[in-house]
Amino acid sequence: MTDTASTRAPAPQGNPDPVVEMTDISISFPGVKALDSVDFRMFPGEVHSLMGENGAGKSTLIKALTGVYSIDSGVVRLGGLQVTFSGPAQAQAAGISTVYQEVNLLGNLTVAENVMLGREPRRRGGIDWKAMRQRAAEILEGLHLDIDPASLLNSHSLAIQQLVAIARAIDIQAKILILDEPTSSLDVEEVAELFRVIRSLKESGVAILFVSHFLDQVYEISDRLTVLRNGQLVGEYMTDELLRIDLVQAMIGKELSALDDLGSRVHSAEGETATGSVPETFVAAKAITRKGAISPVDITIGAGEVVGLAGLLGSGRTEVARLIGGVDRPDGGQLKVDGRPLRLRTPRQAIKHRIAYSSENRRAEGIVDELTVRDNIVLALQADRGWFRPIPRKRQDELAASYIEALNIKTPSADALVRNLSGGNQQKVLLARWLAIAPRLLILDEPTRGIDVGAKAEIQKLVYSLAENGMSVLFISAELEEVLRLSNRIVVLRDRKKVADLVNDGIGVDQLLALIAEGAAEPELEAGVAS
Amino acid sequence: MRNTLIQALSHRLFWPLALLVILLTVNVIAVPGFLAITINNEGHLFGSVIDILRNGAPTLIIAVGMTLVIATRGIDLSVGSVCAIAGAVACSIILGSPNPGDPGVVTVAVLTALALSLVVGLWNGFLVSVLGIQPIIATLILMTAGRGIAMLITEGQILTVDSAPFKFLGSGFLAGVPVATVVAAAILGLVALLTRRTALGLLIESVGINPEASRQAGVRARGLLFTVYAVCAVLAGIAGLILTSNQTAADANNTGLFIELDAILAVVIGGTALSGGRYSLTGTLVGALVIQTLVTTVYTVGIPPIATMVFKAAVVTAVCLLQSPTTSAALARRRTAGPASPRPVATPEPAVTR
Repeated sequence: MTDTASTRAPAPQGNPDPVVEMTDISISFPGVKALDSVDFRMFPGEVHSLMGENGAGKSTLIKALTGVYSIDSGVVRLGGLQVTFSGPAQAQAAGISTVYQEVNLLGNLTVAENVMLGREPRRRGGIDWKAMRQRAAEILEGLHLDIDPASLLNSHSLAIQQLVAIARAIDIQAKILILDEPTSSLDVEEVAELFRVIRSLKESGVAILFVSHFLDQVYEISDRLTVLRNGQLVGEYMTDELLRIDLVQAMIGKELSALDDLGSRVHSAEGETATGSVPETFVAAKAITRKGAISPVDITIGAGEVVGLAGLLGSGRTEVARLIGGVDRPDGGQLKVDGRPLRLRTPRQAIKHRIAYSSENRRAEGIVDELTVRDNIVLALQADRGWFRPIPRKRQDELAASYIEALNIKTPSADALVRNLSGGNQQKVLLARWLAIAPRLLILDEPTRGIDVGAKAEIQKLVYSLAENGMSVLFISAELEEVLRLSNRIVVLRDRKKVADLVNDGIGVDQLLALIAEGAAEPELEAGVAS
Repeated sequence: MRNTLIQALSHRLFWPLALLVILLTVNVIAVPGFLAITINNEGHLFGSVIDILRNGAPTLIIAVGMTLVIATRGIDLSVGSVCAIAGAVACSIILGSPNPGDPGVVTVAVLTALALSLVVGLWNGFLVSVLGIQPIIATLILMTAGRGIAMLITEGQILTVDSAPFKFLGSGFLAGVPVATVVAAAILGLVALLTRRTALGLLIESVGINPEASRQAGVRARGLLFTVYAVCAVLAGIAGLILTSNQTAADANNTGLFIELDAILAVVIGGTALSGGRYSLTGTLVGALVIQTLVTTVYTVGIPPIATMVFKAAVVTAVCLLQSPTTSAALARRRTAGPASPRPVATPEPAVTR
């Protein structure tokens, strides 16, 4: 596979016209090209999976198709006719229905009311309740859903609610049904139920766009795949002709990077530590788990060790990090720090033990955007000291100045609002906040996502030098080169389970890709690798 | 960058200050000697401006506490009722003592009233931070129940007190300046020092701007919320004592009635957003002055008292409009005139072409 020429799979048998065809679509947001001349098409009676990591452009493409975003350039054709939607209502009227990840229905209304919401049959100025229940019952029957239309939506499981959302969507006479992460909160049987419905819709000729980060499910249900990466089209493939490892590689890609010089340096240094004695264990997590987030997992992190967490989005990598960082509370398992058992209930307690978690969600959970660079840098340190022991202003200025210089933060002054900085510089401010508390374990969740190559290289160098000075780092990144370049050890997660735990002694990207895609699928094998 | 800084500065206080100046000008035109301050034969300062500073003191005192509460994304509707409770407690203690004019009795009365206010504030803090009830609902409980409590304390009577030391609080003078004004200024200064010289202000703003990021940075929101609601209630208690002293009577039904709305308005006019985050005590001062000047203007200009509320509403609407992001964006677009407009939503093609 090449990065330049994207592939295109053949049309289905009988050469039907695509029900939707998006050509050369570009959408820009300030500072980012979210979609860069992407082509996308869907055929009737096919399930089409849209694949890609965070920031690949999946949701932007969906929003372009459903009229939420307007398109900068490119053409959308629906059944051969060119269309321009100026809002989601128009897209819906044209037969494009969307069921979002979070079920956006009204739990305290009945199933029938939810299915017919906004399109209630009317009679003499009022709602014709009888006709409404009848119509809803027909639709539900069409989906082989045996539930009482007059029952409250809340009395049903999430899976049923999801199906009701679909029932609502198809009643709008959908030609195209978009399912955005419909299975993320469903269990195995519920997924089977959903897939049964998807198959029956498919048979009736609906084109279904399926987005999920569970590869097993994607391979089970979809006929065709389109892969996006960094806002660009990688290619369109028939599902049964694409090996999983090739899919993962297409999604993650290989960065032809300006970071090669750094890579060699780090690897040589890693050679030294690898040959030396095993580092003393700093944090050991045993069978830590959280329902719906991560199956029991063991992870140890040595002093001065960089442990990489590799896996696709939704593999549980962030969930593990949040448990160790005290951000979420585990349902089970044990955490030991310096050999002593510890229960971390809040990030504050983790910080007291010098464990810092730097969130992947920089804007929502990291920076405090209306505060200045200085305030953001001293925040965690100040919170740790308590409000009645303020850090003297002079010390604050010194801290801010030294981190602005050390991390090369580009800001007009320490008094600038963090909101006005670029993503990479915001990330560095966040890093500075954690470094200011002198952590013993720094958990970095996607610290390089969405920032430019220069800032990326600087952050990588920083991680490397921190570890050299004895700090432990748990490093998460969707970019495998980065993980390989920085980590002494790599833990691979897949479908919320640990599938491998290996010393990074010259593992190749391909080998890592294979683990991420296929894993050590057999339970006994998994145990073998993990020990 | 320098330019945007200047813009931001002017944005924050420009309109409220401009409004204050306009209101004062209107008054000067209506009453030429409006700004004059005289010293009477007792050595007290007198004049309309002094009246504004004295009568606006309770609103300002409450608005200072309200500023902190609003900065945490909260609101405190119970302050008016706390005024009534504080006044009722103080008056009933003074009346219950054999010697109402004794400064010791008045001190006990004032401290008891403030202690009770503190308890009320901690209750609000408990509802908001521990039970996680929305602030508007949590404080609504005491807004309604509080006057009932005050009523129980006064046993349904209007308690008229004749106590010189207590009267001093509301209508006395210190070095020629009204005591209420001195108290308000001291509180404003103290709270500014307390929040800006410690890290309290930073942490309050941080929680108000981004609660989850603050939590992950180790900020304990619970303690902060207890603190701001407690401070707000104690300040409301002080304001209640001043109001009661000024009226020389505790009236459970009317002391501090609607003062929560004036306080919230003062905060908002002062540029602190109801959505929380960065706050400005200076802005709140200006806001409180605007509101009190507005009330005075109604009398000097001779607007009929029945139209007072409507007039007030009109001015407030004007300030809010001028401060709203939508308006400033519209004004900015006007200034730059033209190509800076956002990209068009619809492309020129018709919706569907064959």
